Amino acid sequence: MADSKKPAGGRARWEKETLGPHIEKHPERDVEFSTVSSLPIRRLYSPEDVEGLDFDNDIGWPGEFPYTRGVQPTMYRGRLWTMRMFAGLGAAEETNARFKYLLKQGQTGLSTAFDLPTLMGRDSDSPLAEGEVGKEGVAVSTLRDMEILFDGIPLGEVSTSMTINAPAAVIYAMYLAVAEKQGVPLKKLRGTIQNDIFKEYIAQKEWIYPPEPSVRLIVDTMEFSAKEVPQWNTISISGYHIREAGSTAAQELAFTLADGIGYVQAGIERGLGVDDFAPRLSYFFNSHNDFFEEIAKLRAARRIWARELRGRFGAKDPRSWMLRTHVQTAGCSLTAQQPMNNIVRVAIQALAAVLGGCQSLHTDSMDETLCLPSEQAVTVALRTQQIIAEESGVANTIDPLAGSYFVESLTSEMEKQALSYIRKIDDMGGIIKAIERGFPQREIAEAAYAYQKQVEEGRKTIVGVNKYVAENEEVPIPLLKIPPEVEERQRARLAEVKRTRDGKAALSALHDLTAKARTTENLMPAILDCVRAYCTLQEMGDAMKEVFGEYRETSVF
Amino acid sequence: MAQTRMRLLIGKVGLDGHDRGAKIIARALRDAGYEVIYTGLHQTAEQVAATAIQEDVDAVGLSILSGAHNTLFPKVIKLLSEKGAGDIVVFGGGIIPDDDIPGLLAAGVAKIFTPGTPTSDVIKFLEEEVAPKRANAR
Repeated sequence: MADSKKPAGGRARWEKETLGPHIEKHPERDVEFSTVSSLPIRRLYSPEDVEGLDFDNDIGWPGEFPYTRGVQPTMYRGRLWTMRMFAGLGAAEETNARFKYLLKQGQTGLSTAFDLPTLMGRDSDSPLAEGEVGKEGVAVSTLRDMEILFDGIPLGEVSTSMTINAPAAVIYAMYLAVAEKQGVPLKKLRGTIQNDIFKEYIAQKEWIYPPEPSVRLIVDTMEFSAKEVPQWNTISISGYHIREAGSTAAQELAFTLADGIGYVQAGIERGLGVDDFAPRLSYFFNSHNDFFEEIAKLRAARRIWARELRGRFGAKDPRSWMLRTHVQTAGCSLTAQQPMNNIVRVAIQALAAVLGGCQSLHTDSMDETLCLPSEQAVTVALRTQQIIAEESGVANTIDPLAGSYFVESLTSEMEKQALSYIRKIDDMGGIIKAIERGFPQREIAEAAYAYQKQVEEGRKTIVGVNKYVAENEEVPIPLLKIPPEVEERQRARLAEVKRTRDGKAALSALHDLTAKARTTENLMPAILDCVRAYCTLQEMGDAMKEVFGEYRETSVF
Repeated sequence: MAQTRMRLLIGKVGLDGHDRGAKIIARALRDAGYEVIYTGLHQTAEQVAATAIQEDVDAVGLSILSGAHNTLFPKVIKLLSEKGAGDIVVFGGGIIPDDDIPGLLAAGVAKIFTPGTPTSDVIKFLEEEVAPKRANAR
């Protein structure tokens, strides 16, 4: 029999007979074999590394619990992921033109970047907004800006993602008001607001109010949407920024899922049924340089979420168990040095996102460490996705890496590390308590500092930065600049809106908002009334701040 | 008398919340033996200038990743010199295009560090550019 000729003794025998003698003569490279997050990686993975795994319970079938292999039964054979490039620059006119350009290039969903003042709930004419208007995204202060932003784009036909958090309820209301003006029923609208305040306290730091009223506003949007805008994703629970702030992959996974658990808890405390809102929660993860670690992270994320929703919260609807996620390649991994190299980094990261089973994907542009993406750079980034989708062949089969000893073992390892953090956060009394104690913030700052040290000591390589450095490099790509006139034009428009609106109606809507903020009533209708009366973002924020107060951080470094 | 340790203020001006770089620099400089104060986020130029004077620092390092550098750097420098603290060295880092650097240097910024700079370069700068000024002043 052929089998009897197979050498017995498994791994121990191989190590002794084959590996041992070889390694003596040819030692391995003198580097740390570990992921970018410093997770040690073994020389070889074999069946004993996946011994504890049960195929049906742990890996299973696509579109079925625990969704390790993906949330849809056919994955990309049915429909490719949504190619969604984040865009926002200057005033509403510029971003509207970029949206139309991207749709013409074959992009399938819109994704809106707002400028910093808007993200912080400040109007373009606020003194703190000086120099920032339209720089990192589009400036939106009133419904008028939103009308221009989506001019000529039929809101009933596109899906729109809006990266907005502290003032999410207001920006969301502005989008709904534009839909009303276009005559599109709210039930037909599809899209996402990020609306994830926990990761703001943890990582991105764009907050307005303290945690409690912030969570109330988020639950208000969940409750309102469940009835009025059923196809809308009301929170995009985001690990992206946690990773960008310097976390490891396992920390990103853990803190993001802990945030998600916090939102579900808050919804249940409001009296909502878990299956009434959990299906509309979606996720947003980072895809960094370490290829297999990222794939494992996404597979582990789905498995943990499914088990938490079913086990911890008793969700019955399979759609509540499914972790659907947007992914963006890691901006923090890109280098200002030799920026063309970023195209390659992004391609590898995007491939990991696809092999990890993402539902939508943004690929970063090569010039993002230097400026906002130019049209040329953003086109290369979008083409990268199209090449992965239609040339590489990876979309032909579902979860192609399942069953790899390495990938399955790494998936389990990520799950284990994340669960250990989640348990720690549970013991602290939940994510709000953990944030107040600065726990995730401190863990991330530690990881960021440790990584920086490794880079400076040459223990981690960044090509073009600490190895293969080019002398006297000239930036070979054209950079996009936002002209200062944008700020002036935007301020002029805001002044015009304030002058021409019905001032009395605006004031009365704002008073009503403050009054409702003192009650426990859902604030979405009052916010919508303010929006329709052309109140500004900051006026609405101030109206609520009167009741809610402002958040202040104790910084740790 | 032994010379006191160099005092530094690491600041975040404006609405920009990207604090990974500022915190890493603050920590690296503290580990290198300097006295480091970090302003925390969302400070106005006025607040940063006032803190710098009140804390009697030798240098202020500003971290700006929001694209507002051409507005905010000159503003802090102007405020410092108006308050008679023009001797405080201002340096900075962040997402700052090469084309903007000459203008910032002309406006009085002592040095701009762009992404990928090792923290040891910042320490070298402080020792070579800021330390001698302190020796002269005392």
